[in-house]
Amino acid sequence: MSMHTLAPTGALIGTLTGAMRALVVPLAATVALSAFGAVAARADGEVNVYSFREPYLIDPILKTFTDETGIKVNVVYSKDGLIERMVAEGRNSPADLLLTQESGLLIQAKAAGVTQPLQSKVIDAAIDASLRDPEGHWFALTRRARVVYASKDRVKQDTITYEELADPKWKGKICIRSGQHTYNIALIASMIAHHGEAETETWLTGLRDNLARKPAGGDREGVRDVQAGLCDLAIGNTYYMAAMLKNPEQKPWADAVKMLFPNAADRGTHVNISGAALAAHAPHRDNAVKLIEFLASPEAQEIYADSNGEYPVIAAAHASDLVKSWGELKADPLPLSEIAGLRKKASELVDKVRFDAGPNS
Amino acid sequence: MVVAMSLTPQASPPAEPHGFDLVHRLRLGRGLSHAPGWSLTAGLVLAVIGLPVLAVLYLAATATQNDWPHLLSSVLPVALRETLLLGIGASLVALVAGTGAAWLVTMYRFPGRSVLDRLLVLPLAIPTYIAAYCYSELLDYAGPVQTGLRHLFGWQTAGDYWFPSVRSLGGAAFIMAAVLYPYVYLAARASFVLQSVCALEVARTLGRTSMGAFWSVALPLARPALAAGVALVAMETMNDLGAVQHLGVETLSASIYATWLQRSNLGGAAQIATVALGLIVLLLAVERIARGGAKVHHTTGRYRAIPFQDIEGWRGYAAAIICALPFVAGFVVPFLLLVKLAATHASAALEGGFLKAAWNSLMLAALAAGFAVALGLLLSYAPRAARTGFTRAAAHFSGFGYALPGAVLAIGVLIPLAALDNSIDALARDLLGVSTGLILSGSVAALVYAYIIRFLAVARGGIEAELERISPNLDAAARALGASAASALWRVHLPLLIPALGAAGLLVFVDALKELPATLLLRPFDFETLATHVYAFAAVEQIESGALGALTIVVAGLVPLIVLHNAIAGGRAGSSGS
Repeated sequence: MSMHTLAPTGALIGTLTGAMRALVVPLAATVALSAFGAVAARADGEVNVYSFREPYLIDPILKTFTDETGIKVNVVYSKDGLIERMVAEGRNSPADLLLTQESGLLIQAKAAGVTQPLQSKVIDAAIDASLRDPEGHWFALTRRARVVYASKDRVKQDTITYEELADPKWKGKICIRSGQHTYNIALIASMIAHHGEAETETWLTGLRDNLARKPAGGDREGVRDVQAGLCDLAIGNTYYMAAMLKNPEQKPWADAVKMLFPNAADRGTHVNISGAALAAHAPHRDNAVKLIEFLASPEAQEIYADSNGEYPVIAAAHASDLVKSWGELKADPLPLSEIAGLRKKASELVDKVRFDAGPNS
Repeated sequence: MVVAMSLTPQASPPAEPHGFDLVHRLRLGRGLSHAPGWSLTAGLVLAVIGLPVLAVLYLAATATQNDWPHLLSSVLPVALRETLLLGIGASLVALVAGTGAAWLVTMYRFPGRSVLDRLLVLPLAIPTYIAAYCYSELLDYAGPVQTGLRHLFGWQTAGDYWFPSVRSLGGAAFIMAAVLYPYVYLAARASFVLQSVCALEVARTLGRTSMGAFWSVALPLARPALAAGVALVAMETMNDLGAVQHLGVETLSASIYATWLQRSNLGGAAQIATVALGLIVLLLAVERIARGGAKVHHTTGRYRAIPFQDIEGWRGYAAAIICALPFVAGFVVPFLLLVKLAATHASAALEGGFLKAAWNSLMLAALAAGFAVALGLLLSYAPRAARTGFTRAAAHFSGFGYALPGAVLAIGVLIPLAALDNSIDALARDLLGVSTGLILSGSVAALVYAYIIRFLAVARGGIEAELERISPNLDAAARALGASAASALWRVHLPLLIPALGAAGLLVFVDALKELPATLLLRPFDFETLATHVYAFAAVEQIESGALGALTIVVAGLVPLIVLHNAIAGGRAGSSGS
């Protein structure tokens, strides 16, 4: 390369390297500091949370906890892999508490040996036995139902069942997210528990044929598509209604639909939980127990209910006015552990019937 | 300086006589092959870089749950087909768009040429998951485009008209190509710019048209660079999860996740990841073949301006429109949507340590760029210093991390780092009675490590392509004058490579700004980057509130991209003087 063409680029890169040099010293310092971050996080007055739950849903509650107890809450949020991280970190894991948005992960964490049992009179008194691990490894903190959002204009009926979703009368009228999404897997697992694998396969195929579009996106997009007229029914979790009503752009979507709680007349609606587990090697065990007890307190339960539109797990806490307006929740009493045990089968069925390929497969 | 330049095409079959190869070996092979230090260095770098991939292979080998009957009957046929079609589709579109635009911009003068030249690299600043979100937002049934069409034509339902679904294989291939084609554009541009004016003029003198010269001279000469660019596009489509999940495409990445998370079979997921790695080996082999073993070295350091050809009239505007299309699709559309969203949702995004997140992103990206370039240079140079199969293999295999989905790579990073930390801790407990806890796990160092593994392929591609242009005669001369391989690297190659190194570093920087899945899992407590900041909103289906963060990722990537462009296009002889 000749010097005269190199010179301008060389000068340019020279300036860049100068700038890089100015960056490197503080960068190196930051790396050195944060390398010890894991150690520093062991100091007292703290509690370390590994969370599968989205930060915006738990931040307000954790802030209240810190305000009341002076205990600082450190969080790593990730959508997956935290159990594997705890397994790899072993006895030196800084995690005190694991928060999940779903029951399967709690059961998986227990099986992986990264949790420890907790016998707490406070919690045992507050949370119903069906909503916690019999050995005390995990506890539900909120409940949410998987319901049908139906067009107010185009759907006349006010009751529905999951089974009915496979009825050809809904052909081309249903929207849903990916069958491999954890919320749908739990629902399909509950169908296997009630009807067996073969019948569920037929049902799932029928549901697939009734879809208006390829399963994709999120629960809210289903409701959006109902409002736009692409489908008449969308499957989604209850708390999205609360979230859409708060969002000025999405309020019209929420206003266009009514919530139908499937199987309310028979076994009850499929319900999942969010929950917490105490880490096996929790370095701040006492603080972690305080945090779990706080999360199960009426105060925290009402924040959950108010800001997230979820159902409380303790009788003493009141659901928000909005949640109350949906009526009494009749939950399918199927044990969570049974659903967890059938997840693998459910996931395989989704592949087998090519659910995610959509209606024309 | 005398204005002239020549090329030495070596061993490009079948025209090259074998004798040339022999001379080449006699002249260079012996003298340079004894460099165990370089083999050792390459081996060490490969070992450190390859550890997480090995961890994934280990998980695959030790899996206890056997899902293969299910995988073979219901998963892999679909996943392989969709992965291949997506990879091929996106690669082809990127190849045509990137090469076509680069040729027009390099050879012709037309309205808006110099502006378009700069703009064409910008889509690289848009993360694929953001592009997927923006396009589905615009083109879904409920989006403004279809709603507008329904109003316009009075259609009532989806059955009244046909509209291509963006949530499809084709849609995903288009979106991926729209934001990834700059890999090809940059490679093609750099290659065309540095091509011999003589070669092109000879072609013209011998009666080729300008298009003929393109097909018969410029394109074959650019083949290695194009292959490297396309390989990056293909690998990026393979490791992507966010965009394909959003668009409902069932690639191998998606089945890796379903196997891991829904069927609780991490080992099985690692086995599918191994299949993905196999595909990459295949892809790299194809890339080698595409390069055809041809090596093009400059034997002189002299250039002369290739005179632009003017395209006038409507053809000029047509050329401008052709060049503008990829830029509009890959940048303007998503960017404008983000601006609109950010303008209406800024307040929420500015809360919660946004500036800290921006700083963290810049810091990580700079560190990753620095390390990836240094290691990329070592690995690319090692086969020159020690001409062994091992050093060549080390260079090839170092890029594998790029093919793994980010979260799988992150698991692979977790395992060896935590094992190391726990060993140190156990030793300290035994010997000193104190616990050191985890030193590397959950630190910024772990993140930088993951980034290097992920983006080394990006850095190495550009560096290697440029290094190959440097004639081995220079090495021979340096060595004959008594320089060691290391000293030759420092005094001869490094100065020649500085633009390429800068370009590689900037490319890694831009890519690292966008990294999400590995960052999510490996980060320290309360540590946000711009990408995780945006994801926190996306996870609760409110990505619009993260629009400002997304916009910041894009804007932070723009400056390096423009500098990068100058580093590459600046090499065009005559453009600085004219």
